[in-house]
Amino acid sequence: MVTPSGTAPIVELKGASRHYGPVVALSDVDFACHAGEIHAVLGENGAGKSTLMKLVAGVVQPEPGDVLVDGHPVRLSSPRVALEHGIVCMFQELSLAPDLSVRDNVLLGARSTGLGFFSYRRMRDVRALLDRIGGEGIRLTARVRDLTLPDRQLVEIVKALYREPRLLILDEATSALNASVVDRVFALLRERRDAGLGVLFISHRFHEVEALADRISVFRNGRHVETFDNGRYGYGDIIQRMVGQSIDELFPPKASVDEVLGEVVLAVDGLTWNGRLHDLHFDVRAGDIIGIGGLDGQGQITLLQALFGVLRRVDGAVKIGERQVVPENPRIAKQSSTGLALVPEDRKTEGLIPELSIAANLELAQLGHDGPGDADFEALAAELELKCASFAQPAAALSGGNQQKVALMKWLALSPRCLLLADPTRGIDVRTKTQIYALLRRLASKGVAVVLLSTDHEELVHLCDRVHVFYDGRIVSTLADEELTSEAVVTASLDPGAAA
Amino acid sequence: MTLPKPGNPRELLALVCLVGMVALYFGTHPSGPTTYVMTIWANQATILALVAIAQFFAVLVRGLDLSVGAIVALSNVVASHLLSGSAFEIAYGTLAVLVVATICGLVNGLLIVFGRLQPIVATLATSAVFGGIALLLRPTPGGAVDYDYADAMTLDVAGVPTALILMLVIVLGFWLPLRRTGFGLSLYAIGSAGQAAWQSGTPVAGVRIGAFVLAGFFAGLAGLFVSFVTTTGDAGIAPTYTLNSIAAIVLGGVALRGGVGSLFGAIIGAFILKTIAALMFFSGLPPLAQPFVEGLILALAIAIGSVDVLRMRHRLEVFDR
Repeated sequence: MVTPSGTAPIVELKGASRHYGPVVALSDVDFACHAGEIHAVLGENGAGKSTLMKLVAGVVQPEPGDVLVDGHPVRLSSPRVALEHGIVCMFQELSLAPDLSVRDNVLLGARSTGLGFFSYRRMRDVRALLDRIGGEGIRLTARVRDLTLPDRQLVEIVKALYREPRLLILDEATSALNASVVDRVFALLRERRDAGLGVLFISHRFHEVEALADRISVFRNGRHVETFDNGRYGYGDIIQRMVGQSIDELFPPKASVDEVLGEVVLAVDGLTWNGRLHDLHFDVRAGDIIGIGGLDGQGQITLLQALFGVLRRVDGAVKIGERQVVPENPRIAKQSSTGLALVPEDRKTEGLIPELSIAANLELAQLGHDGPGDADFEALAAELELKCASFAQPAAALSGGNQQKVALMKWLALSPRCLLLADPTRGIDVRTKTQIYALLRRLASKGVAVVLLSTDHEELVHLCDRVHVFYDGRIVSTLADEELTSEAVVTASLDPGAAA
Repeated sequence: MTLPKPGNPRELLALVCLVGMVALYFGTHPSGPTTYVMTIWANQATILALVAIAQFFAVLVRGLDLSVGAIVALSNVVASHLLSGSAFEIAYGTLAVLVVATICGLVNGLLIVFGRLQPIVATLATSAVFGGIALLLRPTPGGAVDYDYADAMTLDVAGVPTALILMLVIVLGFWLPLRRTGFGLSLYAIGSAGQAAWQSGTPVAGVRIGAFVLAGFFAGLAGLFVSFVTTTGDAGIAPTYTLNSIAAIVLGGVALRGGVGSLFGAIIGAFILKTIAALMFFSGLPPLAQPFVEGLILALAIAIGSVDVLRMRHRLEVFDR
């Protein structure tokens, strides 16, 4: 355990907050990272970890709040400025240019590169670094586009180290790497740490944090909960701090046990696609709300897209409505004989066409549909308490919550028998969330089968009847009844081996 | 490590096509590959190649420059006013033409980066402005360019067309060194993934402006070369150059989404288009069929480059292309 005393931290945040529209990503956070220390940040999805990284890396600025580097207040207005202070970030969303070679990506934007002539002299160091962390097979002249995801992550790590940082930020840097490669990366990081490098480390893999970190900070709902030395608390205690308490009044009561569930509406048997979904089995019955959970990007959204006919060549048997196969395309998926509806993840790009009027957006799902075609949008709007001046308003003029209501109405008007929802409450205020929860429960009691993908564990626990937790395109755990707790969902998401 | 970009298959394919076409052209030409025939061919192709280079720099950073043709016309018109008199006056005039064109490019870059206009819209507007100035300066074709100067630039040196030497100088003396600079690297990075480039600490705004400045400069060079070939000024030549420059870079393997391709590819594409025109001239096909054949070849080239869409299994990814 290294805690340099007397020297100012490399970076310190004081009272830092950050909002995205009405959504609070970080709120009044004090945080410091020191030289010669590996500092891990833990928290659920949406806890504010990525925003914290972006503040330190100069991608966004605190509003309000202060950033201090070596004890002096500074404004990290861009990644370039952060780099000049010795802060280098390896981002979760890959920061490599796919059409450039490995070599050129490493050189890009480095302090020694500038805009003038650069030299390939230090390429020997790059080669040595790559070899050391398990990238022996990566040619320096290979295009990044042609590399596998794990290889790209290795290039990202080397690119970051090439900039000779004082503080290195790793945001899910090792998420695609296998255990033996991770060990080699960690050995290198420890060596650099002993030479004075500060590391800020975000990982969802708890055992990695345990193995690498000197100190751990826990974040929850945009707030800094606690910072402590690694080893002070056990696994259960840390999970407890990440999850916090639940808010019961937010959610409607679940269906009582006596209520008889309807027939199976959606039966998925061995669904497999393109190396991203593996042999999925589950049923959804009329009246069920089935939760789909797990870390980001473990195949949850891909599953909904597969069911809705967005993907080509899906294998496996799927019984939906009167059909025995996966719909060929979304137009077939929405016909009343199939009766599927998908409310996608991003309402601005996929769920709605923001420039068009509310009325036009609502009509879009009706096009090519074989239903009665005289949907009562007014009644739906009243039921969802949609706040708008008129249906002629562009969808973009509405608040996020009301936009989501329009995206829901558009599909509810088709009276689907199975409703697929991708994170419908992300970035939405609490009041609208409660309304949407109540609506979903009402729909279920009317016999609609609901599949709810969510990154919010509270939602999965308190709203859903059964939750399938995904990891790497597989269902690693299915939770229901008493087993269905936040702790269980988080544990299954983070550590699929232990949960099985 | 001599090749600027290893393995752009479309560029290689274009080069092979060009070599084949050129061999066919000089093989079937009634007078054979004489210096005279080669010079005329090279001059025509070089004008388009310079415009294509201009377009290439704009497209490389995810822009499309609709004003390149207008800058060519404006440069040509300015040249027809200034490229005569004493050697000093001609030198000054040449410099003035290039400065005017470069300023045009700078205006485009500033509008796009700081005015936050889409490149296609910004350059549509400025193309009308630049073209309008050219018309005001020379309402009807006319003016003159010093004949000795024009001849020096459009004839040959020891049997090799001057135009080809100019192309060689641009590739060896400008392009290959540029690829070894942080600026050149940033051009590709911005076109390939602008956000990644910014997160990597690249000065994205400055480099994008720089790309449009280079586009202006090369359009100015093209305007100068038009003046050497025609020895007059004509404000009405803009539209064909703009459209052909886009066709040329696509043929040369430059991706319109940015980040892929090279200046060398842009030159190859331009030479292919002009060689097709030259081949048509002797093929016995009616001259009016030329746009038809050019369009067919362009459509074919684009189709070959897009076959991978058929293999995509995630339908939403098709929209990202």
